[in-house]
Amino acid sequence: MNSKKIVFKRKDLLGIEELSREEIELILDTARGFKEVSIRPIKKVPALRGKTVVNLFYEPSTRTRISFELASKRLSADVINIASSASSVVKGESLTDTARNIQAMEVDAVVVRHPVEGAAFLLSRVLKASLVNAGDGSHEHPTQALLDMFTIREKKKKIEGLNVVIIGDILHSRVARSNIWGLTKMGAVVKVVGPPTLIPPRAQDLKVQVFYRPEEAFIDADVIMGLRIQLERQTSNFFPSIHEYVKDFCITPERLKLAKSDCLVMHPGPINRGIEISSSVADGACSVILEQVTNGIAVRMAVLYLLLAQKQI
Amino acid sequence: MILIKNGRVVNPGGKEGKLDILIKDDKIAAVGKNIREKNARVIDAKGKTVAPGLIDMHCHLREPGREDEETIAQTSLAALKGGFTSICCMPNTNPPIDSPGTVKYILEKAKENRGGTVRIFPVGAITKGRKGEELAEISELKDAGVVALSDDGDSVMNALVMRRAFEYAKMFSLPIMSHCQDKQLSRNGVMNEGYNSTVLGITGMPAEAEEVIVYRDISLAAMTGGALHISHSSTRGTVEILKQAKRKKVNVSAEVTPHHLILTDDLVRGFDTSTKVNPPLRTRDDISALRKGLRDGTIDAIATDHAPHSQEEKDDDYRSAPFGMVGLETCLALILTEIVGEGVITLKSAVAKMTVNPARILGLKKGVIAPDQDADVVIFDTGAEWTIAPADFAGPCKNSPFIGRTVRGRVVTTIVGGRVLYSL
Repeated sequence: MNSKKIVFKRKDLLGIEELSREEIELILDTARGFKEVSIRPIKKVPALRGKTVVNLFYEPSTRTRISFELASKRLSADVINIASSASSVVKGESLTDTARNIQAMEVDAVVVRHPVEGAAFLLSRVLKASLVNAGDGSHEHPTQALLDMFTIREKKKKIEGLNVVIIGDILHSRVARSNIWGLTKMGAVVKVVGPPTLIPPRAQDLKVQVFYRPEEAFIDADVIMGLRIQLERQTSNFFPSIHEYVKDFCITPERLKLAKSDCLVMHPGPINRGIEISSSVADGACSVILEQVTNGIAVRMAVLYLLLAQKQI
Repeated sequence: MILIKNGRVVNPGGKEGKLDILIKDDKIAAVGKNIREKNARVIDAKGKTVAPGLIDMHCHLREPGREDEETIAQTSLAALKGGFTSICCMPNTNPPIDSPGTVKYILEKAKENRGGTVRIFPVGAITKGRKGEELAEISELKDAGVVALSDDGDSVMNALVMRRAFEYAKMFSLPIMSHCQDKQLSRNGVMNEGYNSTVLGITGMPAEAEEVIVYRDISLAAMTGGALHISHSSTRGTVEILKQAKRKKVNVSAEVTPHHLILTDDLVRGFDTSTKVNPPLRTRDDISALRKGLRDGTIDAIATDHAPHSQEEKDDDYRSAPFGMVGLETCLALILTEIVGEGVITLKSAVAKMTVNPARILGLKKGVIAPDQDADVVIFDTGAEWTIAPADFAGPCKNSPFIGRTVRGRVVTTIVGGRVLYSL
């Protein structure tokens, strides 16, 4: 289905940090071809027939898990979902032992979501199967960044030179980290904005501009990316109250006016309406939040395809 | 009787040069040129360095409590392989060393080991249960044999308790060894806070969490006249505060570990849990400050912070795995290779920081080769190259980030109290 020669040599997709711009472009180009599959009457291609994909989720997730599951199914792979509550995690089995057992069942890919940074790396060292990091703690969430870049590129026809603002809890966000790596590699100007308590130390060294005021960061923005604010952060004194966070950082229609008129508003979901983003913005003309969800399937199909289709059966 | 001949004696507290050493029973009998003694067993140290047995001010026994990780006999062998003849064990055993019973247990256990062990000098807890609330029975601990006080990894966060500890310990001349770490400021942290923690998304421990307690404890030592020893200094700020305090003649000393002198938090990028240690691996800038502090005397001693952890415990994610590295076996070779070899300090100075200086800080009659001193001697080959491998560690725990590294300098013989307890 893809005329491009496969040059994706990796066994795993662990993060965006390790990818080159060419690899990112290859994934995005491949995803473009797969997007069409999801709008056919028969939403299936045989690309991964006979392959087995395990979704191993140690953290609750609806969107990402369903997205990976649909991606696998639309490529004709067999897919199994393991959620932490149902797995041997509760029986005290270690992460690597769980991985070894899954390996012993001769699966082809494991998609893992885990609350601790580096968990995907730990597993990739044990598994012969391909590993896709579906989010490891605050570290990386590579397929989210890829689908965000896919969406930006689809809407704006390019990423190079765009002003992209990421707003909110940068400190704890794997989505922010993966997007910072990806967008800077693709040549975007990345600005992060949030209260200083939620900006990681030495953020400037990630080649981003740091702002504390959305009113400054939003000027001439081509893309504004909101992040989910964890409501429990206020108990750790990252900010005094939700009320005050909303006052200073909510993506409101007034603040959005500072951006370019065709600015995209994005959010990895799930959104806290009225907290990090006003309902009128989330549902407004600039919002591409639901298109991100649609594109997520195509991007994850591309990732699984590139990791698995080149392997000998 | 043992006669060590033809060695190059590096002995910062005594006579040096190409000298022979005669050991009679458990004491040094003579140090001089061309000693003859036909009844002695001769050890030819030609081409080798002979030094006072090394003293490790800071290591962790796993007995009592975690004998599966390392027994006292195994820690002792680890020390001997590394050229140490005396070790100070921190009180974080289970039960902790907060009562004379645990001190006696450890000393008895060591005595039971038929092959003989290194000399063990327990460090007693400052507070009961190392909880930072009530003072431990310090007088009883002193009588049982502790040489210093520390709550180890749990900094005493209550400054008033710490003040009382300094004041009370003064009457026994016990130094307080402080693992300086503000527990709130470093909460949830598992690595150095900085660029790498930002990239990894891992919660960091800022250098300041160490430095605010270094400063507090120096203030309290100055106020009370108590003796303070800063454990495993790891930041530039700590070195700067120490330097200022020493200029003001505060009674403070400090140690540094080989890993804080050599490794940076760049190593954490692979999520390898053998790099997880507390205080955490810092930055190149911190390393250069620590090395400078070592050279100008701001840092008095080199200690290992030897802390065995089982493969099962370390084979976990970076947040859950325990802090600590094994280090007794590799300390001398790493210092010879990376610190002396790179010209940071001389061999003599390195030996001083592992012999006379710790002895002085702890008030031990050790660390010098001279008549009537305990016959604790190490012989090592500064030219011997070897690659650190799991099998080089004496106990079952192999949690060293230095595995695979080639080093120069190997211990060939370790003599404790006149007995050859280790030879390569």
